[in-house]
Amino acid sequence: MRFGVLRFPGTCDEVDAQLACERVGEAVILWHGDTDLQGVDAVVVPGGFSYGDYLRVGAIARFAPIMESVIAFARDGGPVLGICNGFQVLCEAGLLPGALLPNRTLRFVCRQVNLVVVHADTVFTNACEEGERLSIPAKHTTGCWYAPPALHEQVEANGQVLLRYAPGENFNGSLADVAGVRNEAGNVFGLMPHPEHAVDPLTGSVDGLKIFQSVANHVGAAHV
Amino acid sequence: MSDTLVPHRALGLTDAEYELICDKLGREPNAVELSMFSLMWREHCAYKHSKKLLHQLPTEGPYLLMGPGENAGAVDVGDGLAIAFKVESHNHPSAVEPFQGAATGVGGILRDVFAVGARPIAVLDSLRFGELDSARSRYLLEHAVGGIGHYGNSIGVPTIGGELYFESPYEQNCLVNAMALGIAQHDRLTRSAATGPGNALILFGALTGRDGIGGASVLASAELGDADADKRPTVQIGDPFAEKKLMECSLELLDRELLVSLQDLGAAGLTSSSSEMASKGGLGLDIHVDRVPLREPGMEPFEIMVSESQERMLCVVEPARVDDVLAICAKWETTATVIGEVTDSGRLRVLSGGDVVGDMPVAALVDDCPLYDLAPEKPSAPIYPTPRRVLESDDPRDALLALLSSANLADRRPVFEQYDCLVQSRTVRRPDDADAAVLLLTTPSGGGAPTGADGTHPAIAVSIDGSGRRVACDPYRGTVEAVLECAANLACVGAEPLGLTNCLNFGNPEKPHIAWQLSESVRGMADACRALDVPVVGGNVSLYNEGPEGPIYPTPVVGMVGRLPDAARAGRLGFAVEGDAIAFAGPFTPSLPGSELAKLRGEPLPDGLPEADVGAVRRAQEVVREAVRHGEIRSVHDVAEGGLAVALAECCLGGGLGAQVDFRGAGAEGEPLLETLFGEGPGGFVLSGPRPALAALAREIQLTFVGEVVGDALTLTLDDGAALSWSLAELDAARARGIADALEDV
Repeated sequence: MRFGVLRFPGTCDEVDAQLACERVGEAVILWHGDTDLQGVDAVVVPGGFSYGDYLRVGAIARFAPIMESVIAFARDGGPVLGICNGFQVLCEAGLLPGALLPNRTLRFVCRQVNLVVVHADTVFTNACEEGERLSIPAKHTTGCWYAPPALHEQVEANGQVLLRYAPGENFNGSLADVAGVRNEAGNVFGLMPHPEHAVDPLTGSVDGLKIFQSVANHVGAAHV
Repeated sequence: MSDTLVPHRALGLTDAEYELICDKLGREPNAVELSMFSLMWREHCAYKHSKKLLHQLPTEGPYLLMGPGENAGAVDVGDGLAIAFKVESHNHPSAVEPFQGAATGVGGILRDVFAVGARPIAVLDSLRFGELDSARSRYLLEHAVGGIGHYGNSIGVPTIGGELYFESPYEQNCLVNAMALGIAQHDRLTRSAATGPGNALILFGALTGRDGIGGASVLASAELGDADADKRPTVQIGDPFAEKKLMECSLELLDRELLVSLQDLGAAGLTSSSSEMASKGGLGLDIHVDRVPLREPGMEPFEIMVSESQERMLCVVEPARVDDVLAICAKWETTATVIGEVTDSGRLRVLSGGDVVGDMPVAALVDDCPLYDLAPEKPSAPIYPTPRRVLESDDPRDALLALLSSANLADRRPVFEQYDCLVQSRTVRRPDDADAAVLLLTTPSGGGAPTGADGTHPAIAVSIDGSGRRVACDPYRGTVEAVLECAANLACVGAEPLGLTNCLNFGNPEKPHIAWQLSESVRGMADACRALDVPVVGGNVSLYNEGPEGPIYPTPVVGMVGRLPDAARAGRLGFAVEGDAIAFAGPFTPSLPGSELAKLRGEPLPDGLPEADVGAVRRAQEVVREAVRHGEIRSVHDVAEGGLAVALAECCLGGGLGAQVDFRGAGAEGEPLLETLFGEGPGGFVLSGPRPALAALAREIQLTFVGEVVGDALTLTLDDGAALSWSLAELDAARARGIADALEDV
């Protein structure tokens, strides 16, 4: 299978995401000014500071030409994974519920955190066990997930929260410890922690690889 | 006549220097020329008080690829790869406006690294502030750290290490030194010399504004005084997003081999960058200032030539490739303009609207600034105040807790957690994992782990060190210690040093006692570098770091890059396995004067430090390095601030395991015991691992078995059945708050 990894001006973690994808498949970088997704099987919107985080995190990237194609791809059921800034972009694009607010401390924090897998029967977590703990680093200033009460209730009722911070590890103040949330259809998923930085024992844990493996499993199964 | 009414004096030139300029030009300089000379002949650009000393430093070695004089130095790390690196100060701007001062310090050093064609892969920083009971120090800490994080995080370069100390002489004049490393293929290393008359000079990056006009002269080359608030407008404002695009654009231009040479714009802006490019190429340049894209209308030619607007680069391009260069810049949404051309005149000419508004020999600007001999004189009385006593007790139990909770030893996590240490997927040892940061040389692709030819993972290690208080006690030996400490940190992860960069932060060198500190310090650095066979690849000098209350501690900061064959075996500092033996190794002789404990006890700085046996220290480092490389020992930590007891506590906390350690023979109480536990000096390591592996080392270096990794407390056995014990929780609690509290209370 082939992943497409977006690159906006100001994106920082696209090469890391590409390297992670290449452990389970192929990956190409897709330029923000293009509209051709080059026939990829899944899209990764990586972390960084697209357009300098100017105006509001993710707010400008959402209007990039490539995003029109990503939105259409998502509407057609294509798997889209947003990591950190990518999660923020997908929320701004209306593909994911809720919004990311500044961390409770108002500071950037880079820390290895434990996440709990809430649902394992999904496009993005099928290589995990329900209740499993994943050790994955998080690094951001604006990662406090929030949704108004009615929306939050709906998200929970639909089982859209796939990852939560383990007890005591929610440093950014996210509502209900939400670390990662999917759309209603289940093909778009965003998370603040960085699974692409947890794919090699030399540089940390390997738990993040399961997210990429899950997408590859899903795409592989769909092709059979 | 008041100095401010005589233009050259107001710009900081002496009468003699002014006359020399007239002599070189054959006439009086006009306003454009005078402002350009005043910047180029300042300490920051001309090194006029330090250049003669710096010649002592060894600048050749087997791994050296590019030495001093380029934007950054570079060493060979094998497999056709080079690491370019440099450290630079941004002290004065940070003392005036800490967030932007520190941010643009990071931006500037990153540009130095990608200007030589290397992709930046890491940032480290070395910070000094006044004591944390001062609101000003807490403010400077909070905002300098914020600025470093803001810039480094946003641009996608990990901040992987650094050091941070608090001493009252830095109260008015904090130090913010930033170091950057970049990676390149050997053949991609780019020099800055302008060549080829007729080639185009292209300015690309941010627009040019009035920010930072005269920064290098106003801020970097004079003492700070009470009117600093007025200088705020001279601090540049950083835009990491602009720099991110500039970096990617520059690297793509080099990848496509479109550039003849490349240079970043730093202190003294276009003036310095253009004249240095012309000087290195032995040619001339014509610059049309009316073609420079401006941020604000109505800027005078001299303002355009000296503006320190950030995120700008200058390159020389063959005429046939200009269109390609402009197209790549457009792709990265980076403004690019042909502003001039290379000439064979040997002159830097500034043109505006077709008129020549400045015309100077390049050599006069770059090479002809007079170099001054210092008049060093050892001070007859102490220069620095005695530290305030904060520890009344002589009980070693209290002393360890006081040391761990002191700002100089407390947990640095609240600071380094504000930095992304992971981006680029190279980081094998994060801050706190080991004494030096470790980065993979090659990143994985194709699904496999990154490997060398034989299944190993070649890596580099880097550390930055410098203890101002020790250098204040003894400029020569304190500087030797700083170099040894940096090399020891590399040894702890299994790396051999390849090259060194330095930033010499001192007071006003025109004063004899500062001149003495500076010359003794450089002599110490030169001797230590020779003793370790490590060349200096480049560096930076920051002088005039003093205010009305006196000079800073003399602070030579040393950054060293080393190589290790296999990242999988990089050392860690924390105790790893219960039951492992603990040993002290190396030619370590603890001494209390000038130590962290002496500071807490309010003792005056001693006049001199004990002499180190540099050869024996080098030998110990080599043996430890080899042992780490063979994977025989499980933890390594060098003994530094706070001595053996603090090193042991750090090993316990690093691994979450306790230790039982035998200190019999050191006395049960009193000064001898305190000296054994908390005395400092170079050459010591705390090792842990299987006993036979450690025993093998004892054949090669001084090594004593002292205990065992066990339980959840650090227990020291003393003479006559006495013992000292601290639970890990107690040690952790002591270390946790020192800096965290300061950051929460600003």
